[in-house]
Amino acid sequence: MGPFLFLVVFVVIIFVWVIAQYNKLVTLRNQVANGWKQIDVQLKRRHDLIPNLVNTVRGYMEFEQETLEKVIKARNAAVTATGVADAAAKEGELTGALSRLFALSENYPTLKANENVQQLQEELTSTENKISFARQFYNDIATKFNIAQQVFPGNIIAGMFKFQASELFEVKEPAEREVPTVNLSLKK
Amino acid sequence: MTARNIYEQQSANKRKTVIVMALFAVFFGFLGWGFDVYFFRFGQGGLPFPVATIVALCFGGWSAWWSLQNGASTVLASSGAIPIDDSDPKYQVLRDVTDEMSIASGLPKPHLYVIPDPDPNAFATGKDPDHACVAVTEGLLEKLNREELQGVIAHEMSHVRNYDIRMMTVVAALVGAVMLLSEVGLRSGGFGFGRKRDSSSRGSGGALMFVLWLIAIILAPLLAQILAMAVSRQREYLADASGAELTRNPNALASALQKIDAAVEPTKSIKKGTAHMCIADPLGKNVNNKEGFFAEIFGTHPPIGKRIMLLHSMAYR
Repeated sequence: MGPFLFLVVFVVIIFVWVIAQYNKLVTLRNQVANGWKQIDVQLKRRHDLIPNLVNTVRGYMEFEQETLEKVIKARNAAVTATGVADAAAKEGELTGALSRLFALSENYPTLKANENVQQLQEELTSTENKISFARQFYNDIATKFNIAQQVFPGNIIAGMFKFQASELFEVKEPAEREVPTVNLSLKK
Repeated sequence: MTARNIYEQQSANKRKTVIVMALFAVFFGFLGWGFDVYFFRFGQGGLPFPVATIVALCFGGWSAWWSLQNGASTVLASSGAIPIDDSDPKYQVLRDVTDEMSIASGLPKPHLYVIPDPDPNAFATGKDPDHACVAVTEGLLEKLNREELQGVIAHEMSHVRNYDIRMMTVVAALVGAVMLLSEVGLRSGGFGFGRKRDSSSRGSGGALMFVLWLIAIILAPLLAQILAMAVSRQREYLADASGAELTRNPNALASALQKIDAAVEPTKSIKKGTAHMCIADPLGKNVNNKEGFFAEIFGTHPPIGKRIMLLHSMAYR
């Protein structure tokens, strides 16, 4: 009976361990999915803010109609983007267009003094920050998920249940590497 | 630093909280036991069971439990913190940077409070990340720019994420309880000496234990505070580092610390008992800015110069 009992205990321990590893991976996979959703939430917020911004600054920046149109066009393209790669490219273009707009707005002192614009500027600054922090968090959690799948013995479980590595968010467009400086105030 | 270290850090902190609480429990028991043996003559024909030990243990346990549940609101109330108005544009930037940091750390948004005090300072409290509160002074909002404020909030969010807030809140309450108990012990000690002379049955071993017990009671408040400070100092370096990990901008936190340090006035609203929870010592004690033995024992915070230097070195890595 002795060896048999030992075998049963051994099998039970292995079984419990597999369950624990599997649950850990599932938890991480859900955290990764949630992290991705967070990026979407912030991008949507940016899309909602842009028409507001353009309408507010239009009166002040009569001579920059072309830049404003580009922002609107980039924004509309980003809203209708489908798939991860497409979205990344179009959001990158939007970021570029926005940063040009903010650079130009430096030339309009009355614009900078407007309270409405200042509030919008703070909201956009925060949204841009939130997008990049959401990406940062997504990359951190996705890296953790990938490491958990690749290290031994996690890789056995991951292979057994066909877990797949998450893609990291990378900056592909050169324009996207440029951080838009949303600073109209020059105060402080 | 990978994310896994943070989870290890969390469990290490939860473990340490339990150890600290156990240490305090042993201490409470020791204080009570002395009472039983020397004043109630437990085990020498006096009371049939150790009343004082039980009372002291219950009091310690109750203080720890109570501090977990109500510690945060007590700390906030004692420093005059007011919950911020969610629609007030004055606090828009504070709300925004807090949202940003809660996204970066993957934690729920903490409740925000403002302390009407012109000296820049900040602290976090609460029992876990779901019930976290972050309080900043009006002075902090006035003196820091957006990036610096973000750095300070990141520092506080790291305290939340590392479960420092739970440990700090419990430690603050237990230090208070030890002070109270040792006060009670010393006062009734005078009364006890009179009875001691009547007894002839006590041996020399008992007398030695009595002296040790008396010394423990006298030193208790000091030891408890030293323990609290030691716990606090360690946490500050870590919160600086993981705060910088959240913002990826250590220089902003460094310059925020510089500004907080430059404001020499003490933060009057923040009481002595909560000093160890703040981002920088609110009492304006000189000891925190020196290195060496005394600063190592009596400072609640590491020297600010050293913290700034470490942050700069992270930036240039």
